[in-house]
Amino acid sequence: MLSRVANHIYWLGRYLERAENYARFIDVNFNLMQDLPVDLKEQWQPLVAATGDWELFTSRYQEFEKNQVLFFLAFDLDNPNSMFSAISRARENARIIRENLSKETWEKTNQLYMMMQEGCEKKVWKKPDPRPFFEKIKNQILLIYGIADSSVARVEGWYFRQLGQFLERADKTSRILDVKYHILLPSGQDIGSPLDFLHWMALLKSVTGFNTYRRAYGNIDPSNVVEFLVLNKYFPRSIYYCLKEAEYCLHHISGNLDGGFKNPAEKAIGELRSHLEFAEVSEIIDFGLHEYLDNLQIKLNKLSELIDSTYFRLRDNFISQNQDQ
Amino acid sequence: MKIEGYNAGEHYDEMFTPQGEIRPHYEEFFQSLKKIPNRKMNHLQFSANQTQRAMGMTFNVYHDNQGLEKILHLDIVPRIIPNQEWKHLEAGLKQRTYALNLFLQDIYNDRKILKDKIIPEELILGSKDYLKPCIGLTPPKGIWCHITGTDLIKNKDGEYYILEDNLRCPSGVSYMLESREIIKRAYPNLFNKKGVMPVSDYPAKLLRMLQNLCNKAKPVVGVLTPGIYNSAYYEHSYLALQMGVELVNGVDLIVQDKRVFMQTTQGLQQIDVLYRRIDDVFLDPLAFRPDSLLGVPGLFEAYKAGNIALANAPGTGVADDKAVYAYVPKIIKYYLDEDPILNNVPTYLCREEKDRKYVLEHIGELVVKETNAAGGYGMLIGPKASKEEHNKFRELIKNNPTNYIAQPTLSLSTVPTLTEEGLGARHVDLRPYILYGSEIEVIPGALTRVALREGSLVVNSSQGGGSKDTWVLYN
Repeated sequence: MLSRVANHIYWLGRYLERAENYARFIDVNFNLMQDLPVDLKEQWQPLVAATGDWELFTSRYQEFEKNQVLFFLAFDLDNPNSMFSAISRARENARIIRENLSKETWEKTNQLYMMMQEGCEKKVWKKPDPRPFFEKIKNQILLIYGIADSSVARVEGWYFRQLGQFLERADKTSRILDVKYHILLPSGQDIGSPLDFLHWMALLKSVTGFNTYRRAYGNIDPSNVVEFLVLNKYFPRSIYYCLKEAEYCLHHISGNLDGGFKNPAEKAIGELRSHLEFAEVSEIIDFGLHEYLDNLQIKLNKLSELIDSTYFRLRDNFISQNQDQ
Repeated sequence: MKIEGYNAGEHYDEMFTPQGEIRPHYEEFFQSLKKIPNRKMNHLQFSANQTQRAMGMTFNVYHDNQGLEKILHLDIVPRIIPNQEWKHLEAGLKQRTYALNLFLQDIYNDRKILKDKIIPEELILGSKDYLKPCIGLTPPKGIWCHITGTDLIKNKDGEYYILEDNLRCPSGVSYMLESREIIKRAYPNLFNKKGVMPVSDYPAKLLRMLQNLCNKAKPVVGVLTPGIYNSAYYEHSYLALQMGVELVNGVDLIVQDKRVFMQTTQGLQQIDVLYRRIDDVFLDPLAFRPDSLLGVPGLFEAYKAGNIALANAPGTGVADDKAVYAYVPKIIKYYLDEDPILNNVPTYLCREEKDRKYVLEHIGELVVKETNAAGGYGMLIGPKASKEEHNKFRELIKNNPTNYIAQPTLSLSTVPTLTEEGLGARHVDLRPYILYGSEIEVIPGALTRVALREGSLVVNSSQGGGSKDTWVLYN
């Protein structure tokens, strides 16, 4: 597969995952607002904090008002991480490599983009209840995943898209956990209160993990939530799980199915994955969750660079030609 | 659908005779059309538009700052060509393609036609499209123009006239293919009843033709595109997808030891044939324009060494110049000793003093074209233009006569087209596609471009033109 094509497929995977995360995240938190006691003001601030675009937001807006926050997170093309930005880029990547996608995958991705355009024209962020819109976006992305799952051959292209998807997911889970955990923890004395419960529930629902968590751990307990989201072996959005899957993809891309590593990217991900595989949650808490997640993010970034230099970087054909002569 | 009130005026209408009778090859379609209520017809048009949007069948417009991607409007009333008429076109196009190919081989090698003074030498050797690096070259199998998209019109006399030979990188074939799919959905019961010849095997034929250019058992083929901002990017990716080959950009390719390689995730992989959709002079900054960022340094050397086949061959542009066009009947006669089957439009070359004098005097009756412009730009339609425009073009011609040709105003035939007021007569042209592989083949279908504005003769997509599906009948 062409390196440039692999690069675009990888980013298609990343942007779709990013958009889907945002859609769900906004939906869940909008829900949360409905359940807050009347005397508590709507809290849109944490939503912005969790996405990591705090600085951009505060540089442009005075206060955290619902319509503004929704516009900023979902529709603002000047916010490079907004849902619309992610979907535009997903579509742009898909358009560039359309010859490598099935007709359906392209058409549904194109449709997704047009849904966003329509939402923009209809000013969805001003609606009293914009949830159906986000639900629609989320479902459209899940539809694209479904089509891919049942129609794409398990060859390189498939693994590059999956690789992008799982690395993006690992990144998003770690971000949400980092921010939410620190907003929630200071209210320690409220643990077990209905309000506290609502917030933890919202966090778990933001990663579609509420029911799975319930079944596995029962009551809400901060360290259990950390274990669930970082180390759980079976939950498809835990950081460990995402890394395990990403590693699997890398090995299928290089054809190295005997373990060990064949290139620097495989070495880095193998180390990171095994580190998580044998970690205990108490170690993470003792180390400091924030510091731990911070470290993890740095390693994830490093890993992205290694993937880039191993597979995507093109040689300048002009220089190579000149050396040749 | 209401037909009353339809009026083609003095033009040749392809569905109705001047007496208002249905031409026989439209009879069956007309009977179905009559039964479709206006509302249903509008709905069919609406779903066709939606389908195009969903498929992302877009083109990018130059000279336009309102958004990049546009849809080429597809009118749902097809243009129908009876088989006998098609046979004539087919024979004429084969003849013309064959002769132009011999012409290209000759002017880059023996130059017999120039030595015999059939064509003024400086018209060819002085043309900016005559590529010096191609002198002395014979492309694989001696084929220069592998893919041709010739523009024709049907005049008032009911005869076809060749308007332009597009021998470089003719576009639009994806619209021919996708439009057919959309129109098949609109009239599901009509196709086999009517006996419409299929076009869907074009990508397979194209691939076979490209593979034919290399002697390897399994040659690696790719489509070379300037990239996503090119107006025909949709077509490039569509053809790559349909042929199952790689779509490559210049940056994906690297030349080593006069061989061309793709940069893949598993290292370098050699590529043997390129269907290139990049203009000649941008192909290789070392051989042509040094500022080209689209091309591949060293590609031309590899081509000369016979290690990569290019379709179309570099250098074909010189033969579809609007001034050379005037000589094509002589070219056919010279190489084949045959009379041309298809008509040329009489053409005045402003470079010739006698012709120029005539053009300056009769500018109000003529169509003036720049020899090197495409897309309907740099063009004057005399009868429709103002006095100021006439004078402006007179000056342009005087200052740079070699740059202009003029032709009598032709009447483009009309075909019924769905408009807001019901069916209206709109002018069309015709672009069939010709493949030159082990033999010359004309694809039984075409891109019909239609000027959507009433009375307009400009069919270019960049200037308010749309398209129609073109049905070539078995009988």
